Amino acid sequence: MLELDQVTKSFGSTTVLHPTTLSFAEGTTTVLIGPSGCGKSTLLRIMIGLIQPDAGTVRFQGEVFSPANQLAMRHRIGYVIQDGGLFPHLSASDNVGLLARHLGRDAEWVRRRIDELTELVRLPREALSRFPAQLSGGQRQRLGIMRALMLDPPLVLLDEPMGALDPLVRYDLQNDLRDIFRTLKKTVVLVTHDMGEAGFFGDEVLLLGGGKIVQRGTLRSLLESPADDFVTRFIQAQRLPGHDS
Amino acid sequence: MRYRTVLSIMVVLCGFSESLCRSEERPVVRVGSKAFTESVVLGEIIEHLISDAGGKPEHLAELGGTQICWKALLAGDIDCYVEYTGTIQQEILTGESIRGDESMRDALTLRKVVMSRHMGFNNTYALGMPEDLAEKWKIRTISDLAACPELPRLKMRFSDEFLERADGWRGLRKEYGFPEVAERGIDHSLAYRGLQTGSHQVTDVFTTDAEIRLYHIRVLEDDRGYFPLYHAVMLTRSDLSERAPKVAESLLRLEHQVDNATMIDLNAKAKLDRIDESRIAAEFLRDRLSLNVTLAGDGRAARLQRTVYRMLDNLRQHLLLVVISLAAAIIVAVPLGVIAYCRPRLGNVILNTVGIVQTLPAMAVLVFTIPILGLGALPAIFALFLYSLLPIVRNTYTGLSNIPENLKESAIVLGLSSSARLRLIELPLASISILAGIRTAAVINVGTATIGALVGAGGFGQPILTGIRLDDFSLILQGAIPAALLAVGVQAAFGLAEHWLVPAGLRFKAN
Repeated sequence: MLELDQVTKSFGSTTVLHPTTLSFAEGTTTVLIGPSGCGKSTLLRIMIGLIQPDAGTVRFQGEVFSPANQLAMRHRIGYVIQDGGLFPHLSASDNVGLLARHLGRDAEWVRRRIDELTELVRLPREALSRFPAQLSGGQRQRLGIMRALMLDPPLVLLDEPMGALDPLVRYDLQNDLRDIFRTLKKTVVLVTHDMGEAGFFGDEVLLLGGGKIVQRGTLRSLLESPADDFVTRFIQAQRLPGHDS
Repeated sequence: MRYRTVLSIMVVLCGFSESLCRSEERPVVRVGSKAFTESVVLGEIIEHLISDAGGKPEHLAELGGTQICWKALLAGDIDCYVEYTGTIQQEILTGESIRGDESMRDALTLRKVVMSRHMGFNNTYALGMPEDLAEKWKIRTISDLAACPELPRLKMRFSDEFLERADGWRGLRKEYGFPEVAERGIDHSLAYRGLQTGSHQVTDVFTTDAEIRLYHIRVLEDDRGYFPLYHAVMLTRSDLSERAPKVAESLLRLEHQVDNATMIDLNAKAKLDRIDESRIAAEFLRDRLSLNVTLAGDGRAARLQRTVYRMLDNLRQHLLLVVISLAAAIIVAVPLGVIAYCRPRLGNVILNTVGIVQTLPAMAVLVFTIPILGLGALPAIFALFLYSLLPIVRNTYTGLSNIPENLKESAIVLGLSSSARLRLIELPLASISILAGIRTAAVINVGTATIGALVGAGGFGQPILTGIRLDDFSLILQGAIPAALLAVGVQAAFGLAEHWLVPAGLRFKAN
């Protein structure tokens, strides 16, 4: 589904990402985790083409990402950011349906699809006609997810989607999201700094440090056999019961 | 029988040729005048003369200065106006060595302008003092004053301009050998009052000032010929004699008809007696050249009606200037702002250029565009257009730049092309800022549009100019108050427009 080949990125004299080769199989959920500045967000942004790597290629569904095809590729990738990234001048439903309408889908199709998604993400229906400024953080995040799923993309990228939410809201949303991804059989790459969340979602967890993948595997394997000191310290910092000393 | 046929053919031919003659319209002849009373009165006189000679006159009054009048004359926007020989030498034929009237006349002929002979008065600087004082001390000339034993006791106060000019006080003092006396600057109109109250005894005057008559001032003779000569002459386009020969000829009747005393009298009637200039002109022509001139109605009702019509006219002209220049500015400036945002390096150039354009003095812009755009609304609209650019370009640019980075990225990752992003996301998000920029430009425009009067475009600047010239505060208000009200109205209108044009979602404060 998604392959990165020797992808490298520097900003000025700092190497933010050392040559990285990764592949993400269809239907899997991979979580990128690490401290700030470790390169996880950079990696995600390279995957959607927001940042051009200095070297290496990104291949999505077999095609190499390039300026010529990036628009078409992005229509097949859902991207969710913190707080949803909704456009304040459009209503909730207009936000979700924006791309579909722009690409020519008729109003009827869009309306039905939005209804489907509203059920899926468990959003109260009244929220649809409101504007983002009138909605709660949790509602905005759900709308962001709806928007990302609108055209049923096979790949979904999420950049700290629950960072702005309080623990209770976060808990509910995490449950709902995992259900959605499993039901729809999406390929998911999710960035977070919360190990608990990583374990909850991720078939595989990639721990990054200083622009390199320090360890990868299931969360259990990281907790039980940390590859080095960095991993140990990172786990400690999470204050997971039984792992915080 | 044949005789009758010939006769009827002749009648038909005569009728035909008569109708041909009648279908020839009266030629339009335009006279210009500058923004001071003397010029306007002379303009009115010429206007009546044109009418009497069979032309259709238009008086473009109170144009903003020598350059505007001269350029307008060359461009054909006016056919004639009254100028002064000193001004011709210094400001129109600058740098050329002109010795005397004939060489000046020749230089103007080369430019297709005909200079008449002197109208009869010389409006130059002079020194003035109260008549009774001058009589007491037997002072007739400036030399008399310089030699007067009472000189140390005299207070001399001159206008700031006179003190500054090289051909003003500084040169005069040297020429006549005045000893150092206490010289302080004063505003020109206050100078006359001071003579009356006795706060000073000598001041600078223009030799045809209306106040000379009012305050009984003796104009001291410039016996050493220090002050340059500013003889009034009529400048006429040479093609007028082909286009409207009778009019061109008729204008020459004014040569030698207006001496200094007459001009002072005409000025006084306008400024002090507050008689309508058109009327003064009509009376002058009736007395001097025995011309019969018909005037518009004179009663109170007629005046009021004229005032109302005039204000409505001014409103229409003012709105025209504002609306057209603003529309043109929006069409050009919003895309420029978008370009500045999309291409930062080019954007810098655009913003700097527009900023510099903002600093161009209005008069300079007007004078430069007259040869291309003529007189009237066009040069004013162009100037207003230029001044509207910066607020709109800058606000468009800032509005777009200030969109939070994460929103811009949201639009990109959706897979919208840059033009779609601009249209669907970025411009709507910037709409508040863009509208604010347009509103700023509009309100500034309403005020600046008063410069339209300087180039004959009318608007609320016209009564302001006239009021300044005639020292008539109520006239000034007749321009200033409506302009201010219009500005307030424009503000309010934009407040409403915001409701229509700004997306509803942007008017909420975020949770």
